[in-house]
Amino acid sequence: MNPKQRWGALIAGGSLTLLGLSRRSASGLALAAAGGALVYAGARTKLPDHFEAASSLLLNCTPEEAFRLWRNFKDLPLFMYHLESVTQIGDGRYRWIAAGPFGSPLRWDAEIVDERQNELIAWRSLPDSEIEVDGYVKFRPAPAGRGTLVIARVLYRPPGGAAARAVAKMLGKDPKFMMRQDLRRFKALIETGEIPTIDGQTHGPRSVATAAMRLADPDRPIRGDAEMREILNAKRRIA
Amino acid sequence: MKAVCWMGVGKMSVETVPDPEILNRRDAIVRITSTCICGSDLHLYNGFIPTMEQGDIMGHEFMGEVVEVGAGVDRDKLKIGDRVVVPFTIACGNCFFCKRELWSCCDNSNPNYWMAEKLLGSSPSGLFGYTHMMGGYAGGQAQYARVPFADVGPLKIPEGIPDDRVVFLSDIFPTGYFGALNADIKPGDTVAIWGCGPVAQFAMRSAFMLGAERVIAIDRFDYRLRLAEEGGAETINYEQVGDVVETLKDMTGKGPDSCIDAVGMEAHDNSVMYFVDRAKQAMKTETDRPIALRQAIKACRKGGTVSVPGVYGGFDDKIPMGAFMNKGLAMKTGQTHMMRFMKPLLDRVENGDIDPSFVISHRAPIDQAPEMYRIFCDKKDNCTKVVLDPWADAKAA
Repeated sequence: MNPKQRWGALIAGGSLTLLGLSRRSASGLALAAAGGALVYAGARTKLPDHFEAASSLLLNCTPEEAFRLWRNFKDLPLFMYHLESVTQIGDGRYRWIAAGPFGSPLRWDAEIVDERQNELIAWRSLPDSEIEVDGYVKFRPAPAGRGTLVIARVLYRPPGGAAARAVAKMLGKDPKFMMRQDLRRFKALIETGEIPTIDGQTHGPRSVATAAMRLADPDRPIRGDAEMREILNAKRRIA
Repeated sequence: MKAVCWMGVGKMSVETVPDPEILNRRDAIVRITSTCICGSDLHLYNGFIPTMEQGDIMGHEFMGEVVEVGAGVDRDKLKIGDRVVVPFTIACGNCFFCKRELWSCCDNSNPNYWMAEKLLGSSPSGLFGYTHMMGGYAGGQAQYARVPFADVGPLKIPEGIPDDRVVFLSDIFPTGYFGALNADIKPGDTVAIWGCGPVAQFAMRSAFMLGAERVIAIDRFDYRLRLAEEGGAETINYEQVGDVVETLKDMTGKGPDSCIDAVGMEAHDNSVMYFVDRAKQAMKTETDRPIALRQAIKACRKGGTVSVPGVYGGFDDKIPMGAFMNKGLAMKTGQTHMMRFMKPLLDRVENGDIDPSFVISHRAPIDQAPEMYRIFCDKKDNCTKVVLDPWADAKAA
């Protein structure tokens, strides 16, 4: 069920229920029950059985430099903000800890399954992990020596239920977007030695609404986002 | 410290806020000695560019003294005590674009890259005090500012030259110069410039520097047209002529060789189209009013060049692409690649080729900023350019 259908079901189901109840008859009750079923269907959200985070970006550096930074797995949390830590637990084996919902960490152990110097690193979670994670990163020299194309893809397969919800929460609405953000920070770090930020900078008094929204998600000024959507929708209407 | 804060559309307020701190290794903190209100700040004042938030600190034209530098700043390039002009574009110096001197296209300086990417396809560099889409950096209409990548942008200024002569190297002088350079002027050319605001004033003087024979300036305010005449331009008051395009044709015989739109998204006009654009803006079906741009494309001679230093924000309707294509025009635009021009233009100021302080019409303490925004926006009191003194009170006390 896509979001449009879901809202359709919620609204239609809600109306039917109210209409049915207002009739105060047996047929009305049946109508209300049908409406209720529709609301239930609309409200139930089914999580996908896997999440794919994949993106690529051009870096102004050599494949060697990019490979070196990424291969140092313990530094991945510097630019992958959903990760808390990556620690080596054995030869080619690492424990990954990510921020799950309500501060409860999400863990998995993974081993490097393929590695080609300056070209590729691939890893896969060990069989007894909470969630199944498959990932690779490739570094390809761009044509004419114009930098390095980094291509990264991580596939998460939670067993379902709470783990699926935790992964969904960690990756946000758009896993591809999250990977793009990670790569952008990777790029800034490798090209400039730092990641640009305004976190913690000074500002004047925020409105209550702005402050609350900033607290909920510092990356997304809601007001601006909403306005941008308006502009884009408007443009779509014209087109 | 004191800072001019955006508190909503049409609402500026001087607030006491915490002093800025170093957040990254290549940051510096500048104690600001002079700061200005830019015409492009008015687009934010009037609410035409999305992603401003209440409490954001305004301002992107400022200079001052370096009082703190981060551990990663190259000390050979910048140290405590240096007197600097800070360019309005923030550039990392290392990315594909910076390496090609396309400084205003820096790939790494906008922490909110994704927002601009959504709207524009990819993001230009971060800017001071110019929406969260452009980085959300606190601006320089304040007593102090944090300057990221401080060993790339700020230009050192020797002692002995007053602020008034060099502060405009932070934006409008290089922007006017870049506007003229983008117009691809050949010796003997006739150049028409829409707008007679500060950027346009620098664009017309730069056009002469680059070999233009005639410059024709278009505006509706007599005091600004007079300033253009003082710079050697002929003028058109568009409220007094029937049709700007026809008038330009009559004056030149074939249309100007180059046209510069130094007006941008909030153009005025006395035609029907102005009201159509206004209505569309109100309904949010069009973000800009590209009246000057339409006229520039129509007026330009065949095979000529249209340069656009004026700021546009989003989507524009009824751009005469037919004229643009069939007349074989070229268009060049962009935020200014500041670091290409700051040093050469400082040399021109030092040589006495130009004294940029001619555009200043108002000087005020920072506390009067809200009032200054109002008169600048309403073009009251012959306002061309406002320079604010962040420390006026402290000096008086």
